[in-house]
Amino acid sequence: MDILQYDFMRRALIIGVIVSLNCSTIGLFLVLRRFSMVGDTISHVALAGVALGMVTGIYPIYSAIVVSIVASIGIEKLRKTYKEYSELALSIVLAGGIGIASLLISLDQANTNGIMGYLFGSIALVTPKDLKMITVIGTIILAMVIFSYRALFYITFDEESAKYAGIKVNRINVFFSILIALTITLSMRIVGILLVSSLMVLPVATSLQVAKSFKSALIYSNIFGIFAVISGLVISFYLDLAPGGSIVIISLIVLILVIAIKSIKNLTRKTHL
Amino acid sequence: MSDNVVEVKDLCFNYEKNYILKNINFEINCGEYVGIVGENGSGKSTLLNLMLGNLSPTSGHVYLNEKRIGYLSQQVRNFNKKFPATVEELIAANLYSEMGIFKILTKEHKKRIREVLEIVSMEEYKDRLIGTLSGGQQQRVFLSRLLVNNPKIIFMDEPIVGLDDESIKIFYELMEKLNKELNLTIVMVTHDIRSMEKSADKIICLKDTEMTLKQLNQKKIK
Repeated sequence: MDILQYDFMRRALIIGVIVSLNCSTIGLFLVLRRFSMVGDTISHVALAGVALGMVTGIYPIYSAIVVSIVASIGIEKLRKTYKEYSELALSIVLAGGIGIASLLISLDQANTNGIMGYLFGSIALVTPKDLKMITVIGTIILAMVIFSYRALFYITFDEESAKYAGIKVNRINVFFSILIALTITLSMRIVGILLVSSLMVLPVATSLQVAKSFKSALIYSNIFGIFAVISGLVISFYLDLAPGGSIVIISLIVLILVIAIKSIKNLTRKTHL
Repeated sequence: MSDNVVEVKDLCFNYEKNYILKNINFEINCGEYVGIVGENGSGKSTLLNLMLGNLSPTSGHVYLNEKRIGYLSQQVRNFNKKFPATVEELIAANLYSEMGIFKILTKEHKKRIREVLEIVSMEEYKDRLIGTLSGGQQQRVFLSRLLVNNPKIIFMDEPIVGLDDESIKIFYELMEKLNKELNLTIVMVTHDIRSMEKSADKIICLKDTEMTLKQLNQKKIK
């Protein structure tokens, strides 16, 4: 396959698989906790982190990781302050993130092209340094999720009962916020800041259509995620399209197809009765 | 050594200047089935939360002399009905603290899950999604989640609200079975005073911040 002759493409495919495993896994817990918009909020804050890195000369993914972790812990704290209006926490952090990002970008207008690479994702800009960093952190995230899988599952289903079962709910919530921030910052290199939350939500939405258990929802969302990322990257390579857009559109097509097949099956079952 | 699992002494609780509970005194013995009844706003759930340590008394004391407790809250059935979790997965989550570092379910754990499902007569529903069960069945699954941790005492807040008559009947039969066969201490907040009078050993009736105690059956100290 001529696509694999290129170093940058091999790197992009490896990163793509790691990123999709992270996004689909973290995304499942996010969606089931009805926190889908958290991904969107953190990714916008990550933009401020990238801009900060560009202005100060720090590797942008590192600065984005720090800023996103601070923001996600901030969301968790604000969620408790505004218990009855938890979505307000997201709006506050989103406003802060975009405000800071636009100020920092205006300070460093020479680097607008660099910002575009992070906004929409870019295969050509994936460096060996990105590959190394994303592989290490991505593997750590997955190991952490396996380690805390049962606790996360319990809290996702019923936070109140989890406290009585001896789970340190507050600690796990902060820990999970850090995992969300890390996943988003790792994924923005390929899918871009604007589309990263879609990669966390769309494969999960598709898996929920077919899942018969939590375990199967996790497996299906990872399969749908990997399929979308690999086929999206291949299409974007041959048709010279933005990788993030291709990945998200494929995820969307898969979701629509699964919903359509399920509806047709239900319809045929009803007509047989 | 005292056989009291719960001791409440001169308990008072108020929100700002309004007294909710005044001079409450009672004891709950090991293996007793206790109903806490009263009208809306009489302080039933407040008393339960004081016993569980979720609230602190304004004055007086609550002693809970048992660490292995189970709690079925009023909100337990307000879960996301589309949540993709099977009955077995939900009960397994309660074994969290007993699992090893990688939280893998062993054969012994699976056996325990099967046993608690048999107690609540839900063994056939092990692989069903929780949202596809009826309200009564869901309540029995939530009860089995508590039982898998081998509690000595369970607290329940309005467990029959929203259930149909048949499910309520099954639920009360199950409570009696758990109380008699497993010697489980049960503390249930409910509006249903009639059913409590039939099956409970003791009824704590709350009205206008005060309580009256009905001892219906003197339990043998075990």
